[in-house]
Amino acid sequence: MRDAVSAQMNDSDLLDHLQHAAFSYFLKTFNPANGLIADTSRENAPCSIAVVGFALSVYPIAVERGWMARADAVERSLAALRFFRHSDQSGEPRASGYKGFYFHFLDMHSGVRVWNSELSMIDTALLLAGALTSGSYFAANTNEEIELRELVDVLYRRVEWCWAQAGKSTLRQGWKPECGFLNYGWDGYNEGIVLYLLALASPTHPIGSGQYEAWTATYQWENLYDIDFLYAGPLFVHQFSHAWVDFRGIRDRFMREKRSDYFENSRRATEVQREYARRNPHGLRGYDEDCWGLTACDGPSQLLPEGAGERRDLSGYAARGVPYGPDDGTLSGWAAVASLPFAPEIALRAVRSMRERYPEMLTSDQYASGFNPSMGATDRAAWVSEGHFGLDQGIVVMMIENHRSGMIWRLLREAPVLRRGLRRAGFRGGWLERVSISTSHPLSDRDPAR
Amino acid sequence: MTTPRDSAELARLNQLRPPTWCNPTPAVIYDFLILGGGTTGIVAAHAAAALGGKVALIERHLLGGNCLNIGCIPSKALIRTSRLYAEMRDAERFGAQSPADIQVDFAATMQRMRNIRARLSRTSSAHELVAAGVHVFFGDAHFIGADALLLDGTIVRFRKALIATGAHPDIPVIDGLAAADYFTNANVFDLTELPRRLLVIGGGPLGCEMAQAFARLGARTTIVQNWPLFLPREERDAAQLLSEAFARDGIEVRLNTEVASVRVESGVKHVQLVSDDYHSTLAVDAILTGTGRVPTVDGLDLKAAGVNFDPVRGVHVNDFLRTSNRKIYAAGDVCLEYKFNDLADATAEMAVHNALRFGRRRLSSLTIPWCTYTDPEVAHVGLYVRQARERGIPVQTFTVLMQDVDRAVADSEETGFVKIHVRDGSDRILGATIVARHAGEMIGEITLAMVAGVGLRTLSRVLHPYPTQAQAITMAAAACRRSSRNREA
Repeated sequence: MRDAVSAQMNDSDLLDHLQHAAFSYFLKTFNPANGLIADTSRENAPCSIAVVGFALSVYPIAVERGWMARADAVERSLAALRFFRHSDQSGEPRASGYKGFYFHFLDMHSGVRVWNSELSMIDTALLLAGALTSGSYFAANTNEEIELRELVDVLYRRVEWCWAQAGKSTLRQGWKPECGFLNYGWDGYNEGIVLYLLALASPTHPIGSGQYEAWTATYQWENLYDIDFLYAGPLFVHQFSHAWVDFRGIRDRFMREKRSDYFENSRRATEVQREYARRNPHGLRGYDEDCWGLTACDGPSQLLPEGAGERRDLSGYAARGVPYGPDDGTLSGWAAVASLPFAPEIALRAVRSMRERYPEMLTSDQYASGFNPSMGATDRAAWVSEGHFGLDQGIVVMMIENHRSGMIWRLLREAPVLRRGLRRAGFRGGWLERVSISTSHPLSDRDPAR
Repeated sequence: MTTPRDSAELARLNQLRPPTWCNPTPAVIYDFLILGGGTTGIVAAHAAAALGGKVALIERHLLGGNCLNIGCIPSKALIRTSRLYAEMRDAERFGAQSPADIQVDFAATMQRMRNIRARLSRTSSAHELVAAGVHVFFGDAHFIGADALLLDGTIVRFRKALIATGAHPDIPVIDGLAAADYFTNANVFDLTELPRRLLVIGGGPLGCEMAQAFARLGARTTIVQNWPLFLPREERDAAQLLSEAFARDGIEVRLNTEVASVRVESGVKHVQLVSDDYHSTLAVDAILTGTGRVPTVDGLDLKAAGVNFDPVRGVHVNDFLRTSNRKIYAAGDVCLEYKFNDLADATAEMAVHNALRFGRRRLSSLTIPWCTYTDPEVAHVGLYVRQARERGIPVQTFTVLMQDVDRAVADSEETGFVKIHVRDGSDRILGATIVARHAGEMIGEITLAMVAGVGLRTLSRVLHPYPTQAQAITMAAAACRRSSRNREA
């Protein structure tokens, strides 16, 4: 037993422990001057705007869990929102954003674009989903919280979502001042559902519902391993939008046609991941029914040594997926944690099993982005990605919370923006039809949608 | 660089354009006149001749067309040899030893290709057509009216005609390319030496097949595709698997990249590439354009015949393959979106039937399979999911991975899948995509089922010899049966 402490913890304590540890990432990588959060814990890492979105979402959780004073959370949130409100929106190569969107990576101190990164539609959506979460939670009539809500409103209203269509039927992935829109669309089911919901709900620059239909026309409903599901290979696709949106029991046209919903779909996608790992078609070390999690993560990128006796492409940071790959033997422990709300039993078993077998994947009880048992060094069972990634820590905090209390889901169910976006996307049924909205305590287990 | 005039080449040319050929004296009027002696023209000529009446065929260059001379046949011959070299290098994966020193004999590779091409040219020969009663003319012809054309100064009249002039390589507009002595599929099979460094422009079927073949034959190959995926028409997962296969073959893959310009210095071609805002330069010894083919409509004076056309779609035809001139039909690459040899054959027969037998066979009734002969092969038939959904048809896809098929595992050919799309709630097959070592052979069974109206559940009762890779189809069918049962339960 390599991780005796966690093995002795009950599920609740274990999850509390992991959640709190993941939250501490946001304290360590925070710049108080502008509220920005680093993309990773690595030296000189820039800010990722999506990670700021996760930060804005986890502060309310920290307040409720007693890890952070409300005033501190408001101050941190305000710092970030004020920065974005006043950031350079000229779209110049050294600006912070354009048309209400923001560049993917910003300098932690100056807040200007770095790494020649793209103006990112999805990362802006994740940032704004966090902002909306913050606005929903900090609902007090104090000067600070009023300002916070006003900033959220300004940031959301100024995004020109329809511009990001670029005349196409679906939203574009990115734009650069040097070359305009990138040549990548959003084909197939992906994490972009929250992007579409926010774009549809905009009171100022909305996209039409036809764009959502055009996107869902690219979906693939597959029967794989005798499991029917809306296919997407990497596990994070089935998790990211779900961190904010409670998809239980609400259905758009596609899901009505399939008599399913996106929450149930994520449960099935989790089972597909597990089954893939159980079958382990490439004979990779470590894979089994309790050790899985192919997703977007960091992995080894160096070439296999000469005479390694196998030919395998190592993907570095990549969106690994099931069943079509890429699959170089790299898994993510956090991906199993983030599946907790959908498939708690099998996810918890995997969380415990992977922790016990590969404790090196956690440092300070925070998950590494990826680990690769097939590439283990002599002193470790697995190769482990250096440091920690903000997205991974954010999804861990949020999905453990949704699993435990449904807090984030409940906050966002009450957000008019989200309800409007869902309705415009054609979602019907379930909690969306209910007129009365819960006002119970955020951490109440009496989640009416359950 | 010209194809050696060896015995194989002489034999091929002797079949396809005999050097001593004399055009016959034209008949007063032909019942059926065919413009173009490629696959479409030859099939149509034989079909029309079998119905009786006077039939003529006019060919500008060589009989046999793209497929035989510069397309399917020579490329498949090259692909086969390149696959052998790839397997030799990869022998350890099969529990064997790689030969100590693998030297590619490119001359022998090309000689084999020429021998195969010469052998298969027999069925497209001028003499076979003549024996079938067809008047074969070689020369340039263009329309001079609704029922006549001019062939090297001689007026030839017809009651009905078929335009079957096919297609020719599309040349991308790139600054400096014209001066860079590039290859297309029209002349790449004339190569006598393997280029040391090769750039393939275009990630469609042609570009992908040739990039992989030349890489496996030893050329340091880069493929540039202006789209984020290869084979943009195919399923994304197919394109993903192909990208990985290319990487394993050592091909440098440049997706989402445009060729901005080409500059030649001391015989080396310096190619400027642009991917979004990233600019780079690549030095190569040869460039092959594989961006597709465009209909051959130039020089035919189609306006004089009252035939509508445009340079992109080619000759405009209705569902019966009739042009805007009621006497004139078109078939094959010159008028079809899908430029496949099997479709050329089928439309040739259809056009003859509709033109000479007052038939009502419809182009839209055809179920069209196709295959890109990379390794793994990518084959498709029927609708894609996106097409079905755009038409409001709910789709369910049954997927079997080749890694779960016993024979594929035994063969170490596990890359790929079988995906069969059915109308949700039924077992009516809408289409299928297969990625597998022998996908082209496997897609036929699905095509047969679709043409015969056989549902997917029924296919689960079709026994396949065990073990075969085609069992993947039975496995998908069995999954469909189980899914239906669960739904009913």
